[in-house]
Amino acid sequence: MSAKGALGTVKERAELALNDEFLRKAVKFTTERLRNGKKNAAGEHGNWDEWRERGRAIRLHTIAHLDYYLNLFVNNARANGVHVHFADTGADAVRIALSIAERKSAKTVVKSKSMVSEELHLNAALEKIGVEAIETDLGEYIIQLAGETPSHIVIPAIHKNRYQIADLLSEVAGEKLEADTTVLAGFVRKKLRERFLEADIGMTGCNFAIAETGSMVLFENEGNARMVTTLPKTQITLMGMERIIPSFQDLEVMATLLPRSATGQKLTMYMSAISGPRRSEDADGPDEMHIIIVDNGRSLQLGDPEFQELLNCIRCGACLNACPVYRHIGGHAYGGTYSGPIGAVLTPALNKNIAEWDDIANASSLCGACYEACPVKIPLHDMLVYLRRRKVEKGHGNKLEGAGMKGFSTLLGNAKRFRTVVKLGQIGQKLVVRDGGIRTKLGPLKGWNSYRVTPSLPKKSFRENWETLDQQIRADLKEMSPEMKQRMEDAVKRRGQGGGHHHG
Amino acid sequence: MTNPPVGAKKRLQNMSDNLIIRLYYFDIIAIEVQCVMKVSLFITCLSDAIFPRVGEAMVRVLAKYGVQLEFPKVQTCCGQPAFNSGYWDDARETAKTILNAFEDSDFVISPSGSCTGMIHHYPKLFENDPVNKARAEKLQQKAYEFTQFLVQVLGVTDVGAVFPHKVTYHPSCHGSRLLGVKDEPMALLQSVKGLEFVPLPFAEDCCGFGGTFAVKMADISGAMVSEKVDHVKETEAEVLVGLDMACLMNIAGNLRYRNEPVRVMHLAELLAEGAKLA
Repeated sequence: MSAKGALGTVKERAELALNDEFLRKAVKFTTERLRNGKKNAAGEHGNWDEWRERGRAIRLHTIAHLDYYLNLFVNNARANGVHVHFADTGADAVRIALSIAERKSAKTVVKSKSMVSEELHLNAALEKIGVEAIETDLGEYIIQLAGETPSHIVIPAIHKNRYQIADLLSEVAGEKLEADTTVLAGFVRKKLRERFLEADIGMTGCNFAIAETGSMVLFENEGNARMVTTLPKTQITLMGMERIIPSFQDLEVMATLLPRSATGQKLTMYMSAISGPRRSEDADGPDEMHIIIVDNGRSLQLGDPEFQELLNCIRCGACLNACPVYRHIGGHAYGGTYSGPIGAVLTPALNKNIAEWDDIANASSLCGACYEACPVKIPLHDMLVYLRRRKVEKGHGNKLEGAGMKGFSTLLGNAKRFRTVVKLGQIGQKLVVRDGGIRTKLGPLKGWNSYRVTPSLPKKSFRENWETLDQQIRADLKEMSPEMKQRMEDAVKRRGQGGGHHHG
Repeated sequence: MTNPPVGAKKRLQNMSDNLIIRLYYFDIIAIEVQCVMKVSLFITCLSDAIFPRVGEAMVRVLAKYGVQLEFPKVQTCCGQPAFNSGYWDDARETAKTILNAFEDSDFVISPSGSCTGMIHHYPKLFENDPVNKARAEKLQQKAYEFTQFLVQVLGVTDVGAVFPHKVTYHPSCHGSRLLGVKDEPMALLQSVKGLEFVPLPFAEDCCGFGGTFAVKMADISGAMVSEKVDHVKETEAEVLVGLDMACLMNIAGNLRYRNEPVRVMHLAELLAEGAKLA
């Protein structure tokens, strides 16, 4: 959960990734495929921005009235025969899940993909009480074998190529498997089939929870979630408290946005809506169904004008695929359960203790690709800045950087001082300028100049040359055309009417 | 037609330095009050100190259309380095120089989508200071990136430039994503005669600058700029053009580090040179 739990700092973890050519190639390959897929799917569907706006409106409305919709959902789910539990913290959620497993004397749990389960580190907890947890999503299965955590919200094993995967699976098979995706997937399918049949509990995540009917909805491609929710006698669903949407009508919008944004699919291969345990007339399904609604820091965002929109996230992973930083360092460098831009904001935001936030919020160039990719328009790039500000304002900023910024505002807070600084730079640079460029790797230039040559300052700054330039311009300035004058006046007029240009 | 009474004309002229009064006498007196627009240059600290040639190019291109830029010297930096790093008190100190500089301007034009974008953050930066927040909101309405002003406001797409070179374009993130400046530079480039445009692969990917990010996360930033330059090389372009000197300094720095002879220019420079205004 907390980035502190991971080893080292972001910089150190990023360093590992940057030196791992396999990882970088694998991540680039798949994120490119996904983001191109998304672009095509969104374009084909048309009016994408209107759909995003609609999705955002639904999420904003639901989160603004979360108490109401959560209550409605719980009442309806209970009426359907579901046992609903609330967990304030991750530890509470684990305790509830374990007590169900103990009561059922469970030996094995088959799981479909759930990021909440990863957030709770539930597999480890189950193993401690002697219950075997088996991940059945192919990607999750692979990283479970490797003893790793997911490095992507949607594609957990994105950092592995098929040769590495073939090695892992060959160990399980006891024979050398061909690094062919059909062979490997076929092997896992066969292997897992036995486990589905013998499992005592099926555990799922939850993509959306429908308040009006008390149903939980799962999007998946492998059919494993169908098996998890139909074969075992007991089902436990882990659900973040913000997964709610009001109605099935709203699901239409989410079903339009989620698969397209995640993988570029029009719809995932399977979409299941489950409203309760098996009824007497049903052929299959669990006899007992539990939903554990997890808070674990989410409610801290409610009422916070800067972070409440974080709860709008539908976990599609589009921001990871679009992120140029994620592209180079992969997910593990973020050090938390959630990676990429959403992880860089979510991990610190869910964690109350600002002093312990590490540097993940700094691992972004603030390019805004995440915001542009987000199907519900969460301004992640702004939130990253707010996180940085909160850390500074609580006195946990980097001391050296703080002193630097003080110097910056003192020197640039006044035009005369700014002019003096530039002047001093023009003179002082003579010590380091060679051939019109600065190549020294001393002091703050070390990192920058390890990849670049810094340009030198020209003899005169713009302001030093302004009078000369201005005189030249005035000397033969043309009269502006009436048409352009009119256009300028129109532009000024539009401002008053709320038109004009706006921040994207 | 008779001449307007001298006293009345004078009084009206004295109402404001910015008013030109034209009095037409027909059957009745019609008074047309026309404002002379104050168009100001927001040079940005980077172009001021390191790339004055970009500011000059902008001034010359706009002068071609009769726009006489004025340059308030109290401006320094928009405050973005401090703002993005979380030091908002410090950011406000330099941001105030921008608020002061452009108080009476009708248009504020800068050669950077990122610094113009920063002005769009001012209402948030001054959210607990109602006086400056109101000033910030006014300024936000008046702030334009260079091509935004040239294309959207003046309606110019062809400045009459000739530039017979192979050119590629890097769309800077803040300009394209936060201000939505996407079509304007393309329209301007398309009108340049002799110019052979080659699209940049993965053009929309950040160059890795990100202000203090390039210093704090130097190796991630280095990986990003190295990949950007790989893509620039793939195009075999002679010239890389853009709208933000911070990004261009970053990319040019890596090109030079690798001894790649690609020329890096702000679009204003290309237009000024192509139209022989430089």
